[in-house]
Amino acid sequence: MTVTNQAPLNVARPEPIETLLREPVAHLRQHRTQLRQEWARRITEARLLTAMTEEEIFAVATSVYDNYVEVLETGTFEALQAYARNLSERIIPRGVETDEVVGIVLLLRDVLARSLFAKYQHDFTKLNRILDAYEPAANSIANTVAVGFVQERERIIRQQQEAIRELSTPVLQVRERLLILPIIGVIDPQRARQLTEQLLRGIRTNRAKVVVIDITGVAAMDSAVANHLVQTVEASRLLGATVIVSGLSPEIAQTLVTIGVDLGKMNTVGDLQGGIEEAERLLGYKVVPLQETSATA
Amino acid sequence: MQVPILRQGEYLIASFQAELTDTDLLRVRDALVEQVGRYRSRGVIVDVTVLDVMDSFATRTLRDIAHMIRLRGAETVIVGFQPEVAFAMVQLGMKLEGVATALDLEEGLAYLNRSTKSIGR
Repeated sequence: MTVTNQAPLNVARPEPIETLLREPVAHLRQHRTQLRQEWARRITEARLLTAMTEEEIFAVATSVYDNYVEVLETGTFEALQAYARNLSERIIPRGVETDEVVGIVLLLRDVLARSLFAKYQHDFTKLNRILDAYEPAANSIANTVAVGFVQERERIIRQQQEAIRELSTPVLQVRERLLILPIIGVIDPQRARQLTEQLLRGIRTNRAKVVVIDITGVAAMDSAVANHLVQTVEASRLLGATVIVSGLSPEIAQTLVTIGVDLGKMNTVGDLQGGIEEAERLLGYKVVPLQETSATA
Repeated sequence: MQVPILRQGEYLIASFQAELTDTDLLRVRDALVEQVGRYRSRGVIVDVTVLDVMDSFATRTLRDIAHMIRLRGAETVIVGFQPEVAFAMVQLGMKLEGVATALDLEEGLAYLNRSTKSIGR
């Protein structure tokens, strides 16, 4: 880095940002080690990135620092965007929060601004112009990193929702001609539709006569979902299967009665055990303890 | 399109072979209601396995068949609804209330065996 001692810039004519920032960028490159240390110290002091070890913080700090200075120099954000996404992908699983990421970038902005301030404090007009150029660029960088982090986070959330959706609708056969469908979590219209499709297909392939839908794990239910449930019961009947709904929580029972959903045709039982017992009764099974059978035999 | 009506012991089986027009449906209805008396049948099975769509007229005709057969002293069971058809019908409010349904022909026969056993003739 020998660019530091350039010929003095022309003061009279306003220069383009790239030229104006060339000198400070060189300054920041030259004092890289020292400023980076200062930054890492401030990060620790502010208790940010507590989920990461000191070495990790140092490694992250180094690459962010270099990227940061490069954006100041070139004024292009593509590389930084890619880097921010990549970084987020690595640190989100470690439990790093949005405010921490924004916090460390703002700290870096602060550290660098102070350094520039110290360097140019004797030439006030020049300091002013450099800060004029530096501030918007630094703000855009903070913005880019924060947006990149949030986008990555949203991508992960979408991905996980997809995964949950695929996992969450098992149709299980417990006995010959008896299926159970345990529903856990929030039912949205899309999931309700998927549940119904799987159940109806399950009834056909397993030749089920009785189905127990267990909704112990469902916290809340609105009228749309309740009506969907009633429709599922009706459609199952058209396929020749009886549906027993088990595990309605007190809250759901109150909601359903209050909003006036007609559950008259639905066969409801308190819990899953009761549901299965009722289903066995309908199918003509009787579960007897072993001693009893051997005694009567 | 003719719908064959088969005699199987004490039951009549009407098995739809293809999509039916409204006229065909009415013809099946009339034939079933007439034959259930002629053959002194105890039960009627209508097999709709091949149907991919079920409109409101077909649904109403099926319900009418079931009610008319009951007035003639026999039981009706509709068998073989496709899952998609069943859910579409329910969503459109065509519920076939008071009509017995079963998964397939075998289930339908089992249902009739159970439900007509008590009827003494």
